[in-house]
Amino acid sequence: MALRIGVFICHCGTNIGGIVDVPAVVAYARTLPNVVCAEGNLYTCSEDGLSSIRDMIKEHDLDRVVVASCTPRTHEPLFKKNCESGGLNKYLFEFVNIREHCSWVHMDTHDGATVKAKDLVRMGVAKVSLLTPQEDLATDVIRSSLVIGGGISGLTAALSLANQGYQVELIEKEDRLGGLLRDVNRVFPTNDLSKELLDPLIHAVLNHKKITAHLGVELADVKGFVGNFSVSLTKNGTAEELKVGTIVLSTGARELKPEGMFGYGRFDNVMTQLEFERKFRSDTHGLNRVVMINCVGARVEERTYCGRFCCITGMKNAILLKEENPQAEIHILHRDIMACGKVFEDYYRRALQMGIKFIRYSVDFPPEIVGSDNMARRVTVHHELMGRDVQMDVDMVLLTTPLVPGEDNQGLSRMMRIPVGNEGYFLEAHQKLRPVEFPSDGIFVAGCARYPTEITECIAQGYAAAAKAAAPMAQGRVISDAFTSEVDPSGCSACGRCIDVCPFGAIDWNEFNGSPGETRRAATVNATECKGCGLCVASCLSGALQMRGFTDEQILAMVNTTVLTAAH
Amino acid sequence: MTAALTRKAVLVIGGGIAGIQASIDLANMGIKVFLVEKKPSIGGRMAQLDKTFPTNDCAMCILAPKMIECANHENIELLTYSELDELEGEVGGFEAKIVRKARFIEDDKCVGCGDCAEKCPTRVVDTFNAGLDQRKAVYKYFPQAVPSTYVIDPDHCRTILGKKCGVCEKICKAKAVNYSQKDQVLTIPVGAVILATGFDPYDVAPLTEYGWGRIKNVITALQFERMICASGPTNGHLRRPSDDQEPERLAFIQCVGSRDIRHKRYCSAVCCMHATKEAMLAHEHYPRLTSTLFYMDMRAVGKGFQDYIRRARDEYAVEYIRARPGRITEKEESQNPVVRYEDTVKREFAAREFDMVILSQALIPSESNVSIAGKLGVDLDEFGFISAPEELINPFGTSREGVFGCGFCQSPMDVPDAVVRASGSASKVAEALAGVV
Repeated sequence: MALRIGVFICHCGTNIGGIVDVPAVVAYARTLPNVVCAEGNLYTCSEDGLSSIRDMIKEHDLDRVVVASCTPRTHEPLFKKNCESGGLNKYLFEFVNIREHCSWVHMDTHDGATVKAKDLVRMGVAKVSLLTPQEDLATDVIRSSLVIGGGISGLTAALSLANQGYQVELIEKEDRLGGLLRDVNRVFPTNDLSKELLDPLIHAVLNHKKITAHLGVELADVKGFVGNFSVSLTKNGTAEELKVGTIVLSTGARELKPEGMFGYGRFDNVMTQLEFERKFRSDTHGLNRVVMINCVGARVEERTYCGRFCCITGMKNAILLKEENPQAEIHILHRDIMACGKVFEDYYRRALQMGIKFIRYSVDFPPEIVGSDNMARRVTVHHELMGRDVQMDVDMVLLTTPLVPGEDNQGLSRMMRIPVGNEGYFLEAHQKLRPVEFPSDGIFVAGCARYPTEITECIAQGYAAAAKAAAPMAQGRVISDAFTSEVDPSGCSACGRCIDVCPFGAIDWNEFNGSPGETRRAATVNATECKGCGLCVASCLSGALQMRGFTDEQILAMVNTTVLTAAH
Repeated sequence: MTAALTRKAVLVIGGGIAGIQASIDLANMGIKVFLVEKKPSIGGRMAQLDKTFPTNDCAMCILAPKMIECANHENIELLTYSELDELEGEVGGFEAKIVRKARFIEDDKCVGCGDCAEKCPTRVVDTFNAGLDQRKAVYKYFPQAVPSTYVIDPDHCRTILGKKCGVCEKICKAKAVNYSQKDQVLTIPVGAVILATGFDPYDVAPLTEYGWGRIKNVITALQFERMICASGPTNGHLRRPSDDQEPERLAFIQCVGSRDIRHKRYCSAVCCMHATKEAMLAHEHYPRLTSTLFYMDMRAVGKGFQDYIRRARDEYAVEYIRARPGRITEKEESQNPVVRYEDTVKREFAAREFDMVILSQALIPSESNVSIAGKLGVDLDEFGFISAPEELINPFGTSREGVFGCGFCQSPMDVPDAVVRASGSASKVAEALAGVV
């Protein structure tokens, strides 16, 4: 019986429709083999567009659907689910990307973009014709979470998960909890001691019956997938194994040590804000003239990002100094003052009202420091507002430096198969709408591991990551995609290459009964562990491996229709 | 259903991105959610934006899947065009009274075809499009609205006002129009409440020095977003309000009403970035176009924001001038706005002519906060934001136990921060309801 294919082509407002001639692509789609209906939608993803697909499935008794629109990254799950609601097996759906592959990359050639859109739609139709119905895979979820890192973000996530009733394994490489915040003296904007914030939290974590805190341990390996991760730890050479359902990564960041900048390392009275906080917890006696330099090692060529809360850290120490000693002369040399929002703007105003002097400098004319006998004595800066150099005698110079990515990030990235961005911080699944998630299911991120983050935001992210980590455990089961690889054991030559290349450890040996009386080894894929990357398929010398939804036959159909037919 | 089961339910007030995210996260944790939104569709302010910084993803393209996920989730009940009337009880056992305003369209019959709006004779200023054009008295809030059903505006519908009309009823093939529909009051038992009421743009008319409302070619950033948006009133074409011409020189003025003790002394937290984005988008539409952005501090603190500013400067012809302009005047013949300012880096006074000026207006807490806070018995801060008494360690808390807040209704923040707060508040609620079966 002939197939009945429906094709839906999205204008995406003018994102696609402004470049690609959508009506022409629709008309063209109608001419393709087995296509019984084709239509254009202003927004296929709107409820209008989706209900139209469902209606067409019924009206035309469609058994295959193709949508040509923006990107499968954000929209494929939506359209698949919609096909399912319309009564069609969701694996009989094919996505054609005509925004990113046509209208965006060929913005200047409308005709070319349209021809390419037609080609891609024809390829989609060729492929969808060969798709077969599949069923999702369901696996049980272990009701336990691993939290990596016992700083403020990790403590918060651990406590929230435990309070929701889940078992938590909190691991910390140091012998104590608290992370970087332990080194901080007081916290903005309340100026309370950081101890007062941390100690009750640590106490609650250590005494919670649902939390096991593993201190002084190294994370050796993470295997498995959402719902069922195997975690290997080592402590003093002894190995331990944990089984968890979800993971929160909260490994934090480090303070930048500004070696060689502004007399750091040369003068004893030049130090970072955090070093100052550790050294002078409350004893600031004799510090009458203090200059702070902001953006040290931040927003410069070699490190372009902004440290987000360093301006506020500087203000905090300035306010504390000024409270101790109202006569003190404190200058903050800054570029832009990053006091976003309600609380920090007021904090900035408070610093100004206390008489702390703010001088704006340009990155092209950095401040200069002269000293003698290992001590900085004088700072000269080009005062941008006054347009001339200003000199200040100093007792101390504080360098405001940003956080830098943790040393373990690259290693963790490889071990857990989660990405790291250009700056060296972990890269979330989507910057705008999925800030605490990773592309891999079941692993979440909170706090400074992702980007420099102030305390309140670390706490908020700890809670947010806990919500994400709790969801699969609350549901009890995870549903995974049916597009995994499979082995035809009769064709397998048992070379073992696929086992070597699989990054997920999803392929193993199995006994296979071939011709009568013959039992031999063949590779077999554990479908719940397979992520459908396709490496094994590419590595197989015998052609015994195929990827569901991307079989050789399906791919070749797409290639053939490209080479053998011309759209125009 | 047992009484105890219904209490493991949460009322979320506000259907913008924060309320949507909080609802989805709660629902994914197996908690029943009632999402109340006063407008006819969920989506909130993000639905009005063209693209989003720093990825320049189209706002609707990333929001629409979330809206639909929210509407289709088995644990979420959407109550759009509805408002909270009363909340009684305490944490774990609240009773919420919700008024579902009459849509005058039966939502189970409406197919969203739009015939009614096409024939409706009455035009009304379209607030979704920031007042740039008009909609009909029967309308869909925006093209991708969820739910996608129409609604009749009773303040302008001729039939409801007692005048002769009835056109929409005649034209509707689905027989969905019902002029005598009444408001409905629902009583919902919930265990906790999350507030996510978002923000409103500040009225910039009182800042007479900038001439908004008097000088035609001075518009607000929200108006600009609608204008540059493909599904907006001009289909994405930038046009000067005075003469419908394409502008070539844009000026963006920052901190209009923000960081200003005469108006709002706080920083609105998102304007440096959205103005930069708007300048980039304009240049993308018209490669000849240049923009000048007048700022006090360029607050680009989020991930990737500094590189975004750099790209705007290097690749999108955006010039940044550190100045707080004192006045805008209008050239008589061309109706070009002239911006007067002191460049604090070059240390010189200047007057520069532009084709169009965009004001980055301050963003203020939703005007509905006052009445909602009164009904819920939660405190507001001096600006009208939902107060978080222990903000440092409990950013979601309010002055009332069992009532939580997230997003811009608490403090100015961008979308990622609001989404984090939304997910975080869902965790906090899940903790509060952990004992409840």
